[in-house]
Amino acid sequence: MHIDHAEQARTAGEQLHHFHGGLRLRHNKKNSCETPLENAPLPSLFYVPLLQQYGKEAEVTVATGQKVLKGDAIGCFGHLGSGCVHAPSSGVVKALVRRPISHPSGSDGWCVVIEPDGLDQWKELEPLTDWIKADPALLRQKIRDSGIVGLGGAVFPTAYKADDASSRGIHTLILNGSECEPYISCDEMLMREQPDSIVLGARILQRAVGATRTVIAIEDQMGAVNHALKQAVENVGDKSIKIVKVTTIYPEGGEKQLIQVLTGLEVPAGGRPADLGLLCQNVATASAVAQAVVEGKPLVERIVTVTGNGIRKPRNLVARVGTPISDLVDQCGGYTNDVARLVLGGPMMGYSLNSDANPVIKAANCILALTELDIRQSQAEMPCIRCGECARVCPAVLLPQQLDWLIRNQQWDDAADCGLTDCIECGCCDMVCPSHIPLTSWFCFGKSELRSLAIERKQAETAKHRYEARDARLLRIKQERRQRMDEKKRAIKDKAEKQKKLAEAISRSRARQDRNE
Amino acid sequence: MLVRMIDQTVLPATAQIPDLSCNLRANVLAAVLAITFLGGLFGLGLGWAARRFHVETDPVIDQIEAILPQTQCGQCNYPGCRPYAEAIASREAGINQCPPGGEAGIKALAALLGMESMPLNPENGEEKPKAVAVIDELACIGCTLCIQACPVDAILGASKQMHTVIESECTGCDLCLPPCPVDCIDMVIRYPDVSDWKWPKPRPVVSGTALIPDEIPSAGHH
Repeated sequence: MHIDHAEQARTAGEQLHHFHGGLRLRHNKKNSCETPLENAPLPSLFYVPLLQQYGKEAEVTVATGQKVLKGDAIGCFGHLGSGCVHAPSSGVVKALVRRPISHPSGSDGWCVVIEPDGLDQWKELEPLTDWIKADPALLRQKIRDSGIVGLGGAVFPTAYKADDASSRGIHTLILNGSECEPYISCDEMLMREQPDSIVLGARILQRAVGATRTVIAIEDQMGAVNHALKQAVENVGDKSIKIVKVTTIYPEGGEKQLIQVLTGLEVPAGGRPADLGLLCQNVATASAVAQAVVEGKPLVERIVTVTGNGIRKPRNLVARVGTPISDLVDQCGGYTNDVARLVLGGPMMGYSLNSDANPVIKAANCILALTELDIRQSQAEMPCIRCGECARVCPAVLLPQQLDWLIRNQQWDDAADCGLTDCIECGCCDMVCPSHIPLTSWFCFGKSELRSLAIERKQAETAKHRYEARDARLLRIKQERRQRMDEKKRAIKDKAEKQKKLAEAISRSRARQDRNE
Repeated sequence: MLVRMIDQTVLPATAQIPDLSCNLRANVLAAVLAITFLGGLFGLGLGWAARRFHVETDPVIDQIEAILPQTQCGQCNYPGCRPYAEAIASREAGINQCPPGGEAGIKALAALLGMESMPLNPENGEEKPKAVAVIDELACIGCTLCIQACPVDAILGASKQMHTVIESECTGCDLCLPPCPVDCIDMVIRYPDVSDWKWPKPRPVVSGTALIPDEIPSAGHH
């Protein structure tokens, strides 16, 4: 990294910068922010999906009929240094079933079915109360064991990110409180109602990864949040935590975009924020870290915004993982009559759910019910007119029209060269396209094709390597066998010659003897 | 030189006209000599470069082989992907003899070799979804015949011991099926699970309809 860049990254938040493109969208957050946070009630049955983080499903560690307490591990991952999935309440494990798990594919995944006993009894908690003196590695271990993942929606294991950051040496922790998508207000409600928990989480994370300062980025439209957080920082008197208001432009809540706003630097393509000495975490993740370390509670619940024109009384709920979404909707007054679609996540980056029986997952920041009017396409898709609007708004500075053309023509390598993997799927290009081309859907498709192509190529290479190794081995065995045969033949020949010579010698000596006699 | 010559030809009649025939002959001779000399020089240069930068194998073979799926199944009638690549390079074999590579493979080969794409030759087999071999471990008698047949050493076992397939290394070539005396090997199609799910190709947007016309079934539907 360039020395100037290193210095510039250290001043994150001192001066605000811009990222390329982006859109100013209608906020639509107000209606879900008017009611204070409420706890969702215990459902009759929990369906806890074992796929709770980026990567593979966890392996189940409980048996049917087993009693579990709230916070007991019910599934663990054997990879990526990640923790477990925990029971959201005390009760009995009823079954392990395959059912829809709130995933863009709409496909089934393994879920642990737990019938709560109504006591909601925690397991024996092991808090690290003197975290100020605790070993950073121990703090990271605690984060791992508590099953904490990025709650902004990417659900990447926090401990893995923290381990990577601390091994590479970072100076600034960025807490992302600028949820840029319309409708979603779970982070805003959290910052308003539990600012102390976020500030505590920031201090713990700072110690766990060895950062010297923290920047909490919030949107400039969040007045109440700014006040609450400032108060919380003053209460603990920590000078290393700074609150920065960033302009509300979608998608400034994206990790790379936020870093660009705060530092003026771009995270290199294929790189990570740690390359700039930064670590970015969501505010909800920080709050979860605080609860995990100070109270010893694993991550079993999160704040979910239930909103949209299809919901009667939009609000934010604290919902346990595994609660059926229909239970949350019921608590929010149910659907309106013209509801047409259920989306998990925001209107820009969310995906449709095929049923409201799907469970709440750690990635579920928002349940958005849209009406017929919201989703109606005004016009059919038309050919690209190369107007370049999409390139103007692209926050990753790509050429969407070019990428679209390359993907449609299956020119995967060229698409990769044009930066397809840097697309953050924000949906800005879709929004401005005058031809109504579903560009982001094409990029999602293209990116997963690229991924599977890379896997296929790797498999082909392994197969080739193994085939060549086998060929070489067979050849070697053949040669060795021939060599052995040759040696044997030579030995037989040698023996025969020796005997012949011996016989000659004997006959010669006999002849000599005869002569002497 | 030529320009001057033409200039000279249109000089007024009073001007002294030089002996054009002699001049032309000298010029042509000079040009021929120069071209010959240059040709010889470049020829020597190329000859030297051909020796200096000599490659053992035809690079086209490597490029073809990179496109082939490396299943090593022999369905193309050649004993492996490399021999088939060599056969394609020498125009001995067609580009449509590789069922595991399928249509996409044929297209890629056609693009590389500047040929017309063509349908897969049905004599070589048909394109099938990717499968892995699974040994019924109760029925296996431990004869090692499949181990010897596997082109990528993906079967583990020993004589009179149970055999098993290393799933991640299996290319799905079917070569272990015929030698098995007790028919205990099955080809199982691998359906993607959630973590290796792929986004589908987008459908064109039609006016007046939702992008994905899904309705919300009520709770308890599943």
